[in-house]
Amino acid sequence: MVNIGNLWQYLALQSPLQSMSGDHLNHTHTKMAVTAYALPTLAFAYDALEPHISAQIMELHHGKHHQAYVTNLNKALASHATAAAAHDIAGQIALQQTIKFNGGGHINHSLFWKNLAPAGSDDARPDAAAGLVAAIEKTWESLDGFKRAFSAALLGIQGSGWGWLVRDGDPGGGGGLRIVTTKDQDPVVGGDVPVFAVDMWEHAYYLQYLNGKAAYVENIWNVVNWKTAGERYLGTSKGRVKPETR
Amino acid sequence: MSSTLLRTTPALRTALGASGAVRRAGAMASTSFVRGKATLPELSYDYGALEPHISGKIMELHHAKHHQTYVNGLNSALQTIAEAESKGDFTKAATVAPLLNFHGGGHINHSLFWENLAPASRDGGGQPDGALKKAIDSDFGSFDTFRSQMNTALAGIQGSGWAWLVKDKASGTLGLVTRANQDPVSGPCVPLLGIDAWEHAYYLQYQNRKAEYFDAIWNVVNWKTVATRFEKA
Repeated sequence: MVNIGNLWQYLALQSPLQSMSGDHLNHTHTKMAVTAYALPTLAFAYDALEPHISAQIMELHHGKHHQAYVTNLNKALASHATAAAAHDIAGQIALQQTIKFNGGGHINHSLFWKNLAPAGSDDARPDAAAGLVAAIEKTWESLDGFKRAFSAALLGIQGSGWGWLVRDGDPGGGGGLRIVTTKDQDPVVGGDVPVFAVDMWEHAYYLQYLNGKAAYVENIWNVVNWKTAGERYLGTSKGRVKPETR
Repeated sequence: MSSTLLRTTPALRTALGASGAVRRAGAMASTSFVRGKATLPELSYDYGALEPHISGKIMELHHAKHHQTYVNGLNSALQTIAEAESKGDFTKAATVAPLLNFHGGGHINHSLFWENLAPASRDGGGQPDGALKKAIDSDFGSFDTFRSQMNTALAGIQGSGWAWLVKDKASGTLGLVTRANQDPVSGPCVPLLGIDAWEHAYYLQYQNRKAEYFDAIWNVVNWKTVATRFEKA
């Protein structure tokens, strides 16, 4: 469902223009101004989502898995820039899947961290997103009905992937809501705007829930950041990865 | 399904009341209840027998929970298809195809996987010999090259999946293929050796360090099984 052209454009749009150190600036200029993406810092501690997501999972997931996507994305983009400078079209095409996978991994995890919040916090209450919840109730009759439909979609994923609540990409926000799933690290790009994401890769839950992924899906609702989701729905948050550079 | 069997067998045992009757109940079950149904295969080694390369806990969950879920899912998909067929509802039958592929593939892949593993103290590890060794040397250059290419293929899987050493029946040569999720190896390719690259196959022990798992698993590859498959292919 993902068009590589869209992803390419998407990554280009994220390009940070300023705030680089002098060294880095020189470096990127000689390398055709390749953007170096960086691991975003979390707004909460690794153990802040306990007992629903363990600190060990969070630390590995953010510090190792997400970092690997960032590292490999930067590597692939640098190789792509070199291939482009050499007018090596075959070399550029050969890198597209690596860019899609690692770029998707970076985008998806960046969105995921921001749509999580400690259980019991104000942000984790559905009333933090009144407009979104009203739209959900309109589409699925009730918040519980939506949760059931979303959970079923998550449990239906065969292999690694993500479940998403998305809205139509009208610039003003407030568009129609839909549940979609994407495989592996395919991101939501193009017309739809992600409202919130749930990671269904086994590394997201296995150390704590083992093969019991239904329990993970049930518990994740306790740590959804409804405030972030509501802002993405209304379009007051861009719903996209904030570019961070090293 | 075996869980149904486990529930019915004690009732039959009570009703018939003798050990001979238990055997009869078992035989009856295998013809009347189990015919055409997939069942979880037993392992020829203990869950802990592949340690320290694959932990006993991983093996137990992998076999008793994950593989069992594929067996249940396969039987459920087959039943849905049979019911749809009996009603002439071919549209319904066709919509079950992805579940049949996923759970059927999961059952096939894991069944092959358990058999191509063995404890390092028994048949696991080392290198193939005889005709299989010759074929690997001829098609990959050397055993080390083959192993390194297989590890590269495993590391390159983006998401869940498997890597396989296969024999191409058309050309007669060996090759490496990867499959996404539980897609089984089919067509002209005959699977000889499969390695599971799903995170559930290694995460409890190796976490994100999957390259360590891909290195360690060679210590428990059962080359006898692979050679037998090669000769039959």
